[in-house]
Order: sequence, then structure tokens, then C-alpha cells
Amino acid sequence: MADKFKLALYWAASCGGCEIAVLDTEEKILDIDANFDIVFWPVAVDFKVKDVEALPDKSITVCLFNGGIRNSENEEMAKLLRKKSVVMVAFGSCAQEGCIPGLANLYSRESIFDYVYHQSPSVDNPDGVTPHPESRVNGYTMTLPVFYERLRPLHHVVDVDYTIPGCPPQSDQVGAVITTLIDILANGKELPPKGTVLGAGEKTCCEECLREREEKKISRFYRPHEIIADPDKCLLDQGVFCMGPATRSGCGGKCVNAGIPCRGCYGPPPNADDPGARIIAAISSVLDAETEEDVNRILDTLADPVGTIYRFGLADSIIPVSLDFNHKGDE
Amino acid sequence: MATEPRIIGFLCNWCSYTGADLAGVAKMKTSPNVRIIRTMCSGRIDPEFILKAFRKGADGVLVSGCHFGDCHYQEGNFKAMRRVAMLKRILARLGISPDRLKMVYISAAEGDLWAKTTFEFTETVRALGPFDRTRLNALYPAGNGENEKTPEKGTGEITANEVHHG
Repeated sequence: MADKFKLALYWAASCGGCEIAVLDTEEKILDIDANFDIVFWPVAVDFKVKDVEALPDKSITVCLFNGGIRNSENEEMAKLLRKKSVVMVAFGSCAQEGCIPGLANLYSRESIFDYVYHQSPSVDNPDGVTPHPESRVNGYTMTLPVFYERLRPLHHVVDVDYTIPGCPPQSDQVGAVITTLIDILANGKELPPKGTVLGAGEKTCCEECLREREEKKISRFYRPHEIIADPDKCLLDQGVFCMGPATRSGCGGKCVNAGIPCRGCYGPPPNADDPGARIIAAISSVLDAETEEDVNRILDTLADPVGTIYRFGLADSIIPVSLDFNHKGDE
Repeated sequence: MATEPRIIGFLCNWCSYTGADLAGVAKMKTSPNVRIIRTMCSGRIDPEFILKAFRKGADGVLVSGCHFGDCHYQEGNFKAMRRVAMLKRILARLGISPDRLKMVYISAAEGDLWAKTTFEFTETVRALGPFDRTRLNALYPAGNGENEKTPEKGTGEITANEVHHG
């Protein structure tokens, strides 16, 4: 079966959930195996970077790349896999828009190192050692990847053909994309236009939410544990901060239909560049506020506004970093 | 010579723009630092417009709508006010002084108030100094120009014959 298509999967700055989402496709994993040779997948199979380097350019049919670009190794791997792959897919929220690791863009590299290696309560580092890209040990030079100043989504670094959103992408959607992809490749059909978002809808999460929307004004926000929300009514109407109106559909509304507000993991809907701006526009219609003071009073009940509205999308937003790290912020 | 503050003014069609027009017709002096963009309603001003203004080089953004109760579309100005108030918090956390963004209410008859407001806000922004975009530009060189957001998400087409069929 030397004629199978070739598939590579890689993780950069991510949690590993996207890998699980691929495995969660259950019996579809057999279709993947039947149609693809997996040439690189550090989580699951034992190929090394030198094996990828040895491949001819454009010899990998599809690369599913998850994770953002946080250090020089991530960037190097993204560029290598781009060179070797015909189709590069930003798989999952981190590769698409930075996701949770992107929130670190609110802090400087120095303050992140300081916290992680010195301040964090669980750290035991009596010698105060901090990693350096280059160090000399017994006459040898040891190197580590360079930790960049900020996290970037994959498309800031390499050309990306398709995006599969989600944190992680829902496995039924992943399965459907894989089935479609196999059909396209095996039958020589036309690939979707470049830039297409695969495995997601064209509307907002609200479209898939079964809750009933009313014209209600809210006078405060509740965190999910502070309220027993009516199971049939819109969470936003009840004061639970829900990112639904600013989030692409495709997940099936799993969170909202289970009583948890949408956190926005499917990224901004089509025609929106910035999830934060989109939710501010939407929320303004439901605030019971006649003055700026009213708005501020209501916002005081919202913990960590930036972390809430840019939980997934900060690194790909219009202002993707904090421009002044000396600012104490409001967290 | 110090750089002059660059200010974008988003004005609603029915009250504020007409007010600014009145200032012009009456030959009142207004601040040349304010560049006006007319929208049908202050409620049309998407927070994205304001963020993009800062990203593309504005030192300050002035949003002007009708007085409460006067909105041609009933409550667009309330929405604008809420958006501006929310956005100010976000700007603060992103390291942009919230004082660079201001919401005002100016009627079609208040040309003098518009003129006064432009000078006042110009002075506020001047006192804050130029909005330091150095860090943004250093980190996102591709965003420092026509591409207001990020490098474009891919260009060109992939053709099916690039794929090796098995």
C-alpha cells in the first residue's frame, strides 16, 4: 500500500486536546488508517523530525497542525511541515487564533518566566534557575528553543490552506471532514477554495442553541456558579455572560444546551474580524444601562473582561498584545 | 516640531454630523486634528471600527451621537454609549489609555459645542502624547500598513493536481 495518501499531525503550543479529538473520531480512525500513511504524529507514532526532513517537498498530502507559535521550535516545525505538505490545515483554536495560550500576550516574556520559574507556589527552584536558549555544560553548548515575546496563530507564520476551528474541534465534525477529504482525494474531486473554514457552520452559536431568546435587559452578570439558570431561556438574558452571538456555529451548541455559557471556542463568525468587538456590539443591546456609570457598575460584576471576551481570540484580534505591560490591568 | 494628534471622529448623520456642518457653515473654527467619518447612526459604529482606527494610526477616537431621546433610530445612541464604555475597559487592559476614546452628544443645532469639543479632545489627546504603536509595529510588522489586522490568511489557490492521487 505504498500509494496511500500521506498524513502528518503536529502539535505546537497546545494542550493535546486536539490530538484526542482526532482519536475520538472512533471507527473513523480506521478509515484514516485505510487511506493514509501517517508519516509524522509525535503523540501517536514514532517518526522523528529527520524523517520529515528526508521527505521530498509537497509529499505529505495533508498536515493537521494544532497549537500556536510560541517558540522557535514551533516556528521551525510549522515552516518545515508547510514545505513538505500540499494542504496545510490549522487544526483547532490554538492554530487558528491563539486560544488560551494566546492570553499570555497580555504579559511580557520576563513576567511569564518570573512567575513560572520563581513565583508560582508549586515551583521548587532554590537556585533560581531560568532556562536560557544557550548554555555551556562541561565544554558543550546546549541549546533550547527561543521563547518568543508573544504567541502567534499559525497563519501569522506560514501560509494556511484551511482552518478547522474548535477547542477542540468536535470529533463528529473532524470525522465528517476526514470522510469528505478522503472522498475528494480518492475520487480526484475539486478541493474547497483556499481559506475555507472546514467542520463548522456559517452562522453563530445562537443558531444551534435551543434556549428561548427574549427581549430582556440585564442589570448584572452572573458567573455560572452564582445562579441557577432557567434551562429553557437564553443564558445572556439571564445575565450569564455567553459568547454565543460572537461565535461561529458548528459545535452543535453543546455547552449552551447543557447549561454552560458559550466560551467562544469556535472563533468569530464569518465577516467578523474580532470576537471581542463582536460581543461588545451584541452585549450592548441587553445592558440595562442609561449612563456610562450604569455600564461600569454592570461591568464590575464581570470577572476578567478581556479574558472573557478574548478567551480564544486574543492572539488573532485587532490589538493582539498588551501594549503596556506596566499596566496593572483589571484581573 | 511635535507631531500633531490624529483623531478620528465618528459622527452620526442626523445630529452630530449636521452639527459639525453647522459649525462649518457658520465659519466657526474647529480643530483640524479631528478627521470626520459620517455614519448613519452612532449605533452603527461597530467596536471593530474603533479598534481598527487605533491599529491603523489614530491617537484618539471621538464618537458623537444625538442627545438621549433624540436618536433618529430611537436608541442607537444608547447602544453606542454602552459600547464605548465597555470598550474603554478593554482598551485599558490592552495598554491603551481609555481617555483616548470619548463619547459625546451633539445635536444638529450645537455647532458651537462641536467646535469646542474638537479643541478640548485634541488637547486631551495631545496631553496623552502620541499613541505608542512601537510595540505593535515591532511585533506585527505586516499589520503596520494596509493589512489592518494580520498577515492575510493565505493567497492563491490550491489545485487538485497538486495532490498526489493514490
